[in-house]
Amino acid sequence: MSTLESKPPSLEAEQSAHSELPNPLLGSCPLPIFEHKKIVLGHGSGGKLSAELIDKVFVSRFANPTLERMNDSAVLEIAGARLAFTTDSFVVTPLFFPGGDIGSLAVNGTVNDLAMMGAKPLYLSAAFILEEGLVTSDLMRVVDSMQAAARLAGVQVVTGDTKVVNHGNADKVFITTTGIGQLIHGACLNSDQARPGDKILLSGYIGDHGMTILSQREDLDFEAELRSDCAALNGLTEAILDEVPDAVRCMRDPTRGGLASTLNEIAGRSGVGMMIEEDAIPVSDTVRGACEMLGLDPLYVANEGKLVAVVAADAAPRILARMKEHPLGADSRVIGKVVEEPSGMVLMKTSVGGTRVVDTLFGEQLPRIC
Amino acid sequence: MKYLDEYRDGKIASRIVDEIRSIQTKPWVIMEVCGGQTHSIVKNGVDYLLPRGIELVHGPGCPVCVTPLEMIDKAHAIARRPDVIFCSFGDMLRVPGSEGDLFTIKSEGGDIRVVYSPLDCLKIARANPDKQVVFFAVGFETTAPANAMLVSRAKQDGVRNVSILVSHVLVPPSIAAILQSPQNRVQGFLGPGHVCAIMGYREYEPMSARFKVPIVITGFEPLDILQGTLMVVRQLEAGRAEVENEYSRILDREGNRPAQKLVASVFEIADRKWRGVGSIPKSGYKLRWEYRDYDAEKIFSVKEIDTREPEICISGRILRGIKKPHDCPAFGTVCTPQHPLGATMVSAEGACAAYYAYGRHLESKREELEAMASLGGAA
Repeated sequence: MSTLESKPPSLEAEQSAHSELPNPLLGSCPLPIFEHKKIVLGHGSGGKLSAELIDKVFVSRFANPTLERMNDSAVLEIAGARLAFTTDSFVVTPLFFPGGDIGSLAVNGTVNDLAMMGAKPLYLSAAFILEEGLVTSDLMRVVDSMQAAARLAGVQVVTGDTKVVNHGNADKVFITTTGIGQLIHGACLNSDQARPGDKILLSGYIGDHGMTILSQREDLDFEAELRSDCAALNGLTEAILDEVPDAVRCMRDPTRGGLASTLNEIAGRSGVGMMIEEDAIPVSDTVRGACEMLGLDPLYVANEGKLVAVVAADAAPRILARMKEHPLGADSRVIGKVVEEPSGMVLMKTSVGGTRVVDTLFGEQLPRIC
Repeated sequence: MKYLDEYRDGKIASRIVDEIRSIQTKPWVIMEVCGGQTHSIVKNGVDYLLPRGIELVHGPGCPVCVTPLEMIDKAHAIARRPDVIFCSFGDMLRVPGSEGDLFTIKSEGGDIRVVYSPLDCLKIARANPDKQVVFFAVGFETTAPANAMLVSRAKQDGVRNVSILVSHVLVPPSIAAILQSPQNRVQGFLGPGHVCAIMGYREYEPMSARFKVPIVITGFEPLDILQGTLMVVRQLEAGRAEVENEYSRILDREGNRPAQKLVASVFEIADRKWRGVGSIPKSGYKLRWEYRDYDAEKIFSVKEIDTREPEICISGRILRGIKKPHDCPAFGTVCTPQHPLGATMVSAEGACAAYYAYGRHLESKREELEAMASLGGAA
């Protein structure tokens, strides 16, 4: 997830602002035109619509160098200390699902955004928007789960806020967590660091979280149980950085928009191409079956406990071995390599031997008719 | 899901391609009828594997694409009503009508729901007795049984607040229309696997004989497509024109009889308009008189809506295999999935949208892609 992002349905964007012309005397750039009259769900999909919203509505207004790096966390230098700082809102339905719940998701999501920048996550804040009528025992279950996740990740929730809104003005509970962490290695893990020749590593099976949520939400039964992969990845990132810190170019957790969107982001920001292999990307039989049935592509399905690492080729075997030793990286693979051209594009060699472009989606992935 | 891997095996694929190359003596133009096949071909890069002389052109079999604009507008008019819960398969949601799409209507407060089975509408109707639940019944013969089941079950159970907006089309009349066109260049067909799983392939036999054209009913995995192509090329090279079945693991000549019976009891054959193609006689279904109370068009009496397609769009010729997406100057420039100008760009299975989704608007890179693929292991 990027430093600044959107999620349905909690977002309200100011539509009127861009109609006001900037004062020429101030010499400011005209704000880009955001042509959507209303926010649609696709603006929270992690695809091109989200990117457009973030660029044209937020980044252009908040414009500053730290934000414009568009990393998972902002990296700040305060009184000699290098810190990573990030925030994330969680609005999942249902609140509880196999493998996790909104509480563990809210802690792990923010922990992971810090970890991807090479930071040791330290402290979190937690803000709750509660819908009138929420069952108290559900709330306690969520908070207990947050505390358990925080303990596992080695962070503390040190400040918070609570608001209650009228019934119907929120969906049970929305949580926003903000996190701060300390950069332990000197490594600069901006997403513009990938170079031709680098290897692309993936820490395990993709699509588990997204398909779990979808099957719960739509009441779809699949033969085998689907489980979210929701987990804190700071242990794994520390292991990777301990091994050969200088060989790691960047790390990302492919959440919304899935592996495809994450790779496209890195390729785009680094100005490089990527060549991945369909056969090398692990997808469980259950996730594949569910995706086939619904006409979805697992490359675009969300993960909450996986990471992609772009690393120097000569260090890749050592890093891969180290990842495999970690319980959350046991199924790690090399899935492809960074190439010079075509810049900004991700190509995939398909199982059958063809090649295709793996692009960022426009909005949400839609199940097909037949 | 193991059985799917077997149909994506690269080694077998190259064996089939070698065989096609060894028997082929001249160029051939073959049309895959189904949108699902088009999607699979482009997604897996199957067309890049074929010898240069074998050209795959993309057929009219994307139900979302060929749904006429005025029908989309009707759907939107109904979906905007506050007394309606409008249900649809997912890929109809982004199809633009004259004003916005179903997503826009949803963002303005319309109650739009994606369902995975038409029967889900019965549950929704029971849970919302004060609302009219309308299902957008789009598709070919494949989706007709489930749609028929919805109205037949509703009638049986006395559920009155559910109806369907019918825009059903049939494959055989569209193939006949393509073959009758003076500009036709299609010499053989990969027939529609899912459609024939319901209908069987008996009805394709007279057409194959009359137009002297090979039709091989084909599945959707990369190896299905390659094997189907090989079977068509074999026939063409031998001067044969027959209906053959590549997809025998799923279907036979007779199809699914109970499903056919159900469909015939609920629907009757009618003339239908196809987006990008125009009206084709006896090319679709409408609800039988006995089911008129479940016909959303009658219930909501939406007026005829006059629509016009952009002149630059060549989707009609793409749907008939005369042109390909690249032949259109608008493709990937002014016409994209975000701003589609015509039928073949509106749904994932439309030829233009599939080409776009899998990067074919960057076709100048093709040589590069092929070179890179042949370098072997990315990892």
